[in-house]
Amino acid sequence: MESAATVLAAGAGMVKDAAAIVGIGQTGFAKRLEGSEKKLAVTAILAALDDAGIDPGEVDGLASYTMESTDEVEIAKNLGAGDITYFSQVGYGGGAGPATIGQLAMAIAAGQCRVGVAWRSRKRGSGGRPWAAASAPSAPATWTRPYGLLRPVDEIAMLTRRYMHETGATRDHLANVAISVRKMANNNPAALMYEKTMTREQYMAARWVSEPLCLFDNCLETDGALACVLVSADRARDCRQPPAYVHAFGQGIGRQSHTMTNYWGEDPLSGPAWTCARQLYAHSDFRATDIRVAQLYDAFTPLILLSLEGYGFCKRGEGAAFTENGALESGGRLPINTSGGGLSEAYVHGFNLINEGVRQIRGTSANPVDSAECCLVTAGEGVPTSAVILRR
Amino acid sequence: MSVSEAVLLPQIDEDSAPFFEGARRGELRIQQCSATGRLIFPPRPFSPWSPGAEPTWTTVSGRGTIWSYVVPHPPLLPQFAALAPYNVVLVALDEDPTIRLIGNLVRRAGGPINEVDPSEIEIGSAVRVVFERIDDEISLPRWVLA
Repeated sequence: MESAATVLAAGAGMVKDAAAIVGIGQTGFAKRLEGSEKKLAVTAILAALDDAGIDPGEVDGLASYTMESTDEVEIAKNLGAGDITYFSQVGYGGGAGPATIGQLAMAIAAGQCRVGVAWRSRKRGSGGRPWAAASAPSAPATWTRPYGLLRPVDEIAMLTRRYMHETGATRDHLANVAISVRKMANNNPAALMYEKTMTREQYMAARWVSEPLCLFDNCLETDGALACVLVSADRARDCRQPPAYVHAFGQGIGRQSHTMTNYWGEDPLSGPAWTCARQLYAHSDFRATDIRVAQLYDAFTPLILLSLEGYGFCKRGEGAAFTENGALESGGRLPINTSGGGLSEAYVHGFNLINEGVRQIRGTSANPVDSAECCLVTAGEGVPTSAVILRR
Repeated sequence: MSVSEAVLLPQIDEDSAPFFEGARRGELRIQQCSATGRLIFPPRPFSPWSPGAEPTWTTVSGRGTIWSYVVPHPPLLPQFAALAPYNVVLVALDEDPTIRLIGNLVRRAGGPINEVDPSEIEIGSAVRVVFERIDDEISLPRWVLA
């Protein structure tokens, strides 16, 4: 592993605390929402701008990530934005939510735009499942789909079985994740699972989806949209809401890493999160030991175990044990996904984790961690990924 | 052939063609770095172990061990839903255990992918490759206990 000193390059420190999230907005979440993804996107963005107290005509930066059906031109036209001077779309779907925040922070720090908007709009609840689409297989899928490894859940189940074999992790550890996150949702009226509790017995009795993963190891399927507004730190101090400063930002594609089917490197259980974390902490004043609350991408419960390790909360192979004794619940060592996350609030490709990170910084979370000076927000492990640390 | 059937067949392109040519002949062929001899998978135009070197192909023993496995249940694409629950295994090759191939554990060459009881599958079990002919162009590697 390279030391922080060798990682830091020219311009190091340019991003640190230079920009802040000053507005968040979202639609309701549901299995089925009326209106197009475009309409939902603009609704969420307008809500975020209103939260910030910034006129839509001031928006000049846009960032999104792939598997997004709306584009910059349509968003700008519907917002009534002025001239757009920075726009980017980051690849790899669920790996890229925090990357949109990081890229806007860089653009603002570099003077390429002044008011940046990042958004996600998705009708996954009422729309189709990407894995069932009748498209020609990509080259990597040639090595997996003909054998019946069809869905993201199958691809992650393969890593999970190996993880259990190597570390002694059991389904009880996966249940610890599902139940902790569900308890968070039970305090969040916006969460799809607000009124649905989950017992360990219910978890264990759930139907299989891809052994060793059951129904409750999988995220929800949701319609919804969310957005964030970023401005410079100088301007943030004059905005309506307390700023959530973008303290550090990382992206990562590990050596010989593959998307989802990350089976071909030296150690498939040390995935892109490890690469991303090295970059993130190289630019951060906070270490894992300083982080008291985190929003970790949870399309599947085992991603939490891998992310706990990758982002340095424990050593490789210790992620399952970390979840014991209520560590992920309110009052525990590291409460995670305090709005209910993808597993129990809504699955909008991880963007709800960003908005919840901001609420933790503002102190407006349904499950606040009062001692937290900062909040880690990550994207998906197992794909080219990204993360940010937000701070008060 | 329907679109949904086509989606499940491998995409043979210039990178993968030698693999499937080998499979038609009952050989498991893997790319090899022309400079270092290290194996490479999945196939690609250039070796990651010696930048710029174009890989060659080698026939390996077809022996390996089960590194992990899953047992998918519905919802699945129709062709696989009819077979569920079935197994998918990830096999680490004896020649280089970081080269891992997705496949299925079967009782015999040409046997169905749901014939082995999942309770009989164990990480670490030794396996060897067999090939199932799908059509004139495509044969798929599958695995039996060694």
